[in-house]
Amino acid sequence: MDTFTVPRLTGTVRRPAGGAVVHAREVVSSEWCKFRSVRSTWWALAAAAVFNIVTAAVLGIVLPRVLSARQQAAEADPVRLSLGGLHLSQVAIGVLGVLVITSEYGSGMIRASLAAVPARRLMLGAKTVVFATAALAAGLVTCFGAYLIFQAFLPVGDAMRTSLGDPGVARAVTGAGLYLAALGLLGLGLGAVLRSGAGAISALFGLLFVPPLIMTLLPASWQDTAGRYLPMNAAESVYIVHRQAHSLAPWTGFGVFCAYAAAALLAGFILMSRRDA
Amino acid sequence: MIEAAGLTKRYGTTVAVDDLSFIVPPGQVTGFLGPNGAGKSTTMRLILGLDAPTSGAVTVNGRPYTAYRRPLFEVGALLEAKAFQGGRSAYSHLLCLARSNGISRRRVGELLDLVGLGRAGRKRAGGFSLGMGQRLGIAAALLGDPGVLLLDEPVNGLDPDGVAWIRALLRSLAAEGRTVLVSSHLMSEMENAADRLVIIGRGKLIAQAGMAELLAAATGNHVRVRSRQAAELAGLLEARGATVTRNDDGTLAVTGATPDDIGELARASGLALTELSAQQASLEERYMELTKDSADYRSAVAIAPAAG
Repeated sequence: MDTFTVPRLTGTVRRPAGGAVVHAREVVSSEWCKFRSVRSTWWALAAAAVFNIVTAAVLGIVLPRVLSARQQAAEADPVRLSLGGLHLSQVAIGVLGVLVITSEYGSGMIRASLAAVPARRLMLGAKTVVFATAALAAGLVTCFGAYLIFQAFLPVGDAMRTSLGDPGVARAVTGAGLYLAALGLLGLGLGAVLRSGAGAISALFGLLFVPPLIMTLLPASWQDTAGRYLPMNAAESVYIVHRQAHSLAPWTGFGVFCAYAAAALLAGFILMSRRDA
Repeated sequence: MIEAAGLTKRYGTTVAVDDLSFIVPPGQVTGFLGPNGAGKSTTMRLILGLDAPTSGAVTVNGRPYTAYRRPLFEVGALLEAKAFQGGRSAYSHLLCLARSNGISRRRVGELLDLVGLGRAGRKRAGGFSLGMGQRLGIAAALLGDPGVLLLDEPVNGLDPDGVAWIRALLRSLAAEGRTVLVSSHLMSEMENAADRLVIIGRGKLIAQAGMAELLAAATGNHVRVRSRQAAELAGLLEARGATVTRNDDGTLAVTGATPDDIGELARASGLALTELSAQQASLEERYMELTKDSADYRSAVAIAPAAG
């Protein structure tokens, strides 16, 4: 290895001539390459799928045996039962959203990435598009999978049986998939703001779980009026079939949750181009 | 060509780079020299647009780095030993960077072979040694076959094989007409590798010049002369305006006369010389001289060899 030459441009590397649109496609392709080429991506997606589908299967097998017909009829929301795995899969997707950006800061990769793509918002935008697409696909597929498997395990004539054609059912299952993707994007936004994996994961789940706890200490009238706007409560309204007292309408609730994600992403985009890398 | 004009970077109250102006011309290896903490890495980050200057500007081939849509074709940079994610293979790491600038998959394979990572390319880069990490960083820097290369402390922590490899690489890149800026705090390494130097201390420019020019101007340069008739020769030299210092080992250190002058004078006077040699100050001595006005620089440089 004493003497060597660098292969020249001719033949092997030609400078692409394309403009902004072609370049944007190149950056999306680069971000997809980053996304798919680390194992943590596949572990997180597999974990989300296993949590959603296995939980649904277990509940579909166990619940008809342990719940009496009257208890089953009293359970107002069988769709919510079939999506019991959401409690765990949301952690997997949320962590993945955070890691998509913070792993670059943790390793020093971010400086190689930004030296290759100085247009920082383009880079973060491409990352957002790639992650949103993957999280949306994973969320919808695993939530519909969970619903269908839960139904498949219920005995014929069971009181918890529903179909996707029943009022609100398809909306709730779709809403659960959308919720997972939006949650991941909230994580991505927080990751871009905080640039630390541990910090952003704490912030993400703190934002979900802590405000409802604090709310229980406040007067009941506050709980009824302000409680529905908390991230978790707002999101919940889209993935349950029957609207609860004081909760927001399904798509309004989802809109509020998306607004939290959008605010985090917006802050991430603004800080990304203003701070030193 | 890299041009910095009045480049200044403050972090809070710390001034990392202070009104720095320099040029890095093409076709040469320019050494970027200064003790640890002098602002070399900060300057490199400013060149690449990773950090924004507090004031001043720096351009690469006439434009700010961030103005390039596909900068890998202009500038390749090795900034830190492990600027990659350990979970990704070397091949995927290069491919992801290549994709962002529209560079083909084939080029990635070629570069892995070039830097000697052909076989390790499919393994997770997290298990790489420091030397393999540097090679991967260099492959990334060469993806777009850029005319300008920035290498920050490329030999830091490398074994002798790795150091020799980097040295050969720098020579070959400059011979191909590229602009090469390589930073180091190791004087001896720079003396071997660089054609030109930009020296900074505490964020300020101390000197920029060709290596030969810089060393020729050292006050420690002298001609060493040994003769059995040293006293007589010294008298003759002094009579002609040269300055003569008598060393403990009996030799004379002469300034103000060239070896040619001294040899000719000895022949004409019938004096025998047993040694006549030009003594040039080392880069380290020259560096000490350049920075002698500031105790800060001196204490900083005294620590540097131990750190490397």
